[in-house]
Amino acid sequence: MSTTPEPVPADGHPTDVVTQLRGAWHDYVARVRGGDMGVLPALLAMLMLTVLFWQKSEFFLTRLNIANLFVQAATLMVFTCALVFLIILTELDLSAGVTGGTAMAVFIKLVKGGWPWGLSLFVALLVGAFTGLVLGFFVAKIGVPAFVVTLGFFLGFQGLMLVLLGDGGIFRIETKPLKAIMNDNLKPWMGWMMVVVVSAIAIGLSAYDRVRRSKRGLPNQPLALVMIKVGGGLALAAVIVAFLNVNRSKSAKQIQGVPIVVPIVLVILFIGQFVLQRTRFGLHIYAVGGNPEAARRAGINVTMMRISGFVICSTLSVIGGLFHASRVGSIESTAGRQIVLSAVGAAVVGGVSLFGGRGNLKNAAIGAFVIAMIDNGLGLLQLKGGINFLVTGGVLVLAASVDALSRKRNSARR
Amino acid sequence: MGTEVPLIELSGVTKSFGPVEVLKGIDFRAYAGQVTALVGDNGAGKSTLIKGIAGVQGYDSGTVSFEGNVVHLRSARDAAGIGIEVVYQDLALCENLDIVQNMFLGREETAAGTLDEASMELQATQTLKGLSVRTVKSVRQKVASLSGGQRQTVAIARAVLRNAKLVLLDEPTAALGVAQTEQVLQLVRRLADSGVSVIMISHNLADVFKVCDRISVLYLGHMVADLKTSETTYNDVVGYITGTRSKDDDQ
Repeated sequence: MSTTPEPVPADGHPTDVVTQLRGAWHDYVARVRGGDMGVLPALLAMLMLTVLFWQKSEFFLTRLNIANLFVQAATLMVFTCALVFLIILTELDLSAGVTGGTAMAVFIKLVKGGWPWGLSLFVALLVGAFTGLVLGFFVAKIGVPAFVVTLGFFLGFQGLMLVLLGDGGIFRIETKPLKAIMNDNLKPWMGWMMVVVVSAIAIGLSAYDRVRRSKRGLPNQPLALVMIKVGGGLALAAVIVAFLNVNRSKSAKQIQGVPIVVPIVLVILFIGQFVLQRTRFGLHIYAVGGNPEAARRAGINVTMMRISGFVICSTLSVIGGLFHASRVGSIESTAGRQIVLSAVGAAVVGGVSLFGGRGNLKNAAIGAFVIAMIDNGLGLLQLKGGINFLVTGGVLVLAASVDALSRKRNSARR
Repeated sequence: MGTEVPLIELSGVTKSFGPVEVLKGIDFRAYAGQVTALVGDNGAGKSTLIKGIAGVQGYDSGTVSFEGNVVHLRSARDAAGIGIEVVYQDLALCENLDIVQNMFLGREETAAGTLDEASMELQATQTLKGLSVRTVKSVRQKVASLSGGQRQTVAIARAVLRNAKLVLLDEPTAALGVAQTEQVLQLVRRLADSGVSVIMISHNLADVFKVCDRISVLYLGHMVADLKTSETTYNDVVGYITGTRSKDDDQ
């Protein structure tokens, strides 16, 4: 407060910790009441599902299954992350899954043709980026609804995969580093390193913001609240790492450590969240999703933003496809047909609005975890195969309805 | 006041759409520190006149002078470049973004490649404070949670933040209740008092008489009156707007 500008008279500056926290809590309750539920439904669902599956299956909360759950969730998280960019823009890519599949089919063809796997993977990513460019061109330049264009690609790419892989063709992935992504684990000390790095980044960013705000005499979030949030998150991470670092194998061969895919997904989520929340580009994505006309008048190139959204989505889909291939150990001509609807469901459960402009990646990832839990848990209950689809479809419709209702309530308040 | 140089001066401005002549040689002036009302019935040419000043749609002929120099406004960017900002009736705000984000939309400040939230929040706060806006609880509120009057305030503050010398307001009180209208009118007055020239399109003559220094009346593409509010009456203005009174009646 030593600098010239006077502090903002926002909600007063209570000094003692309890009052501060109470204030923050009241603000949060007001926000939730106002229809901005954020991650709350996803957390509630997670809690309910845990209790339910734990009651029904003794295997659910075992180390082996929880590690498995992280691996299963990884692919969905990447696809969810991909689609969130588009959903915020009020666009959609039904072909994201098969784009990932097709790019992997190209990858496997190249590898079989003797290309080094790194270069092949790079080409696969380019295939994704180019697909996004074409999709974006049709949607943003020509003006064809995304639903139609991507449905066309959804069908077309399934055909392309059949052509590339042959009828009923399955190609095994022999590349060791790629198989390791989903099937191998970090050494225990590397798991702890991961926690340290994540803490350093979380604390560093938070401190950076606080210092900049204090310098200008702006009020900060109560320090106690930040410490509770960051500390809570880190404690949770530490518990998970400790839990996964114990041998979970039932046979002689030891299985322990955090699955390799976990840090990779964390990096993707961090970059995505950083871009969306802290860069002009990300802000403009939200602006275009919220009010394209206002964005246009503010000088934002709306067409470019939409095309970029498709390019990001398709490129990330290739990584999703890679995870899938790594887990299954092969690429099949039906890869990626179903994942998009699960990913949309995950995003909506995580508080990303289908009406655009609202939601963030972190919460969407939690939504993806919920959907993965449903998948995993139902699998353990040994129900008939169709039940899984019925439940996932139901969750999607339910979450979308909640989204629509909260939006309705918001606009009715005015 | 008569000897003062206008901030913006239009002379002999015309505009046709095919065979339809919408502006038939308009002269119009607005002064710094004053609120100039632009009134007229539907179809009188108000929007067309405003679009020309905003740079959105050029005139066919005539000249526009800004601060004494002839200017050619070919795009909204040109207009913004010399300090002309327009607040359209629909406000062009993103409801999903907060007040700071809306005020800086398209002109965000960055530090080390990332958004400089602290600097922007500070400037937004100071701008609102400079306009004596007290109705906004937090500048980090989403615009979706604001009332109509508050939204209008944000849109006007955005123009101020961009160092506008001339602010065009299109029906700023059209969708507002009594109390909010009052707030916005006070804001408009303060804006002019701070030295900005304000042009306000309005259908509500009560508002016009409350806040405007001058009243320009358009009637079927002609500027039929350029009056000082203090020297005219409600009935006279209605007469000009409806065409039952003309310049000749004054002599």
